[in-house]
Amino acid sequence: MSKDKKIVSILLIVVLLMVVVPVFALKGAEFGGSDDAGSQVITEIAGGDYEPWFTPIAETVIGGEIPGEIESLLFCVQTGIGVGIIAYAFGYLVARKKYSGKEQ
Amino acid sequence: MFKWTKMEKRMMTLSVMIAALLATSQTAYAMHIMEGYLSAAHCIAWGAISIPFLVAGVISIRHTVQKQRRALILLAMSGAYIFVLSSLKIPSVTGSCSHMTGTGLSAIIFGPLATSVLGIIVLLFQAILLAHGGLTTLGANTFSMAIAGPIIAILLYKGGMKLKLNRKVCIFIAAALGDLFTYCVTSMQLAIAYPSEAGGVAASALKFLAVFAPTQLPLAIIEGILTVIIVMGMESFAAPELKEVGFIKEGN
Repeated sequence: MSKDKKIVSILLIVVLLMVVVPVFALKGAEFGGSDDAGSQVITEIAGGDYEPWFTPIAETVIGGEIPGEIESLLFCVQTGIGVGIIAYAFGYLVARKKYSGKEQ
Repeated sequence: MFKWTKMEKRMMTLSVMIAALLATSQTAYAMHIMEGYLSAAHCIAWGAISIPFLVAGVISIRHTVQKQRRALILLAMSGAYIFVLSSLKIPSVTGSCSHMTGTGLSAIIFGPLATSVLGIIVLLFQAILLAHGGLTTLGANTFSMAIAGPIIAILLYKGGMKLKLNRKVCIFIAAALGDLFTYCVTSMQLAIAYPSEAGGVAASALKFLAVFAPTQLPLAIIEGILTVIIVMGMESFAAPELKEVGFIKEGN
């Protein structure tokens, strides 16, 4: 178990570094979405501005682009739902192991 | 594998027929492809190809619900894992952001079929609420993220285990390359839709890959690591459930 804990700690640190380092290493980078970069390539290949033939349903309903803050809110909701379920499940499983004696 | 009922078999046959009918008439041979960026023919073709997988996925999940009730908690966790990972936009070395797929976990535990259903739930959520991905490109995105990626993941995992590699190494390779492959498929899909004038589909595919791959590579590694961590957690605390779905052998 303690070996597992060590592995997990090291792995988490690696992940953290991989996320944080680019932000510091590439000062002034835009960090736009790579999906947008994809549309730029399409424009480049297709020549001229490509006009998408269907606009996202949410944008149609509210009649414009989703405001940035609202978008991050919705992304947070998605993260929250996921984390909630995972945390609940792990809480249940950990407690079960703890209180069920040595049956496991 | 459980025995399929007659109804289920019929549904499966029907879905394959629809797929064959709709997909073969096209010349068709992506993260998420943006709404409105694929022609209607491509949208229908990719959607059609995805249908049989989704039908088989629903059947596979139904069997899990009926016969392996205890494993439901793992299914919920796998689905939630996709929710979390695909909602986190992570900065990458190229100076742009992208997000992970998270489909590797459920692919190695429940197989690619069940994963296709979990994946489309997330894609629907993002397409409708977030204007990310899209309803018209749902089929194409489902194919790349929820079908092709998971299939590669499970093949790599099974192959690695056969070679008697360390289980953690297998999980890492499966999840990371499954993630990366999703983007390769996305590039192919876009390339087929937008062949470049000079080199055709291949040249265009390279161009899209050049945009997606360098950004995605570090993220794929992160996804691999995170998947190893969560499986380690499951192995410590959910061993009975993992045994029930056959992920770890009895007596391990």
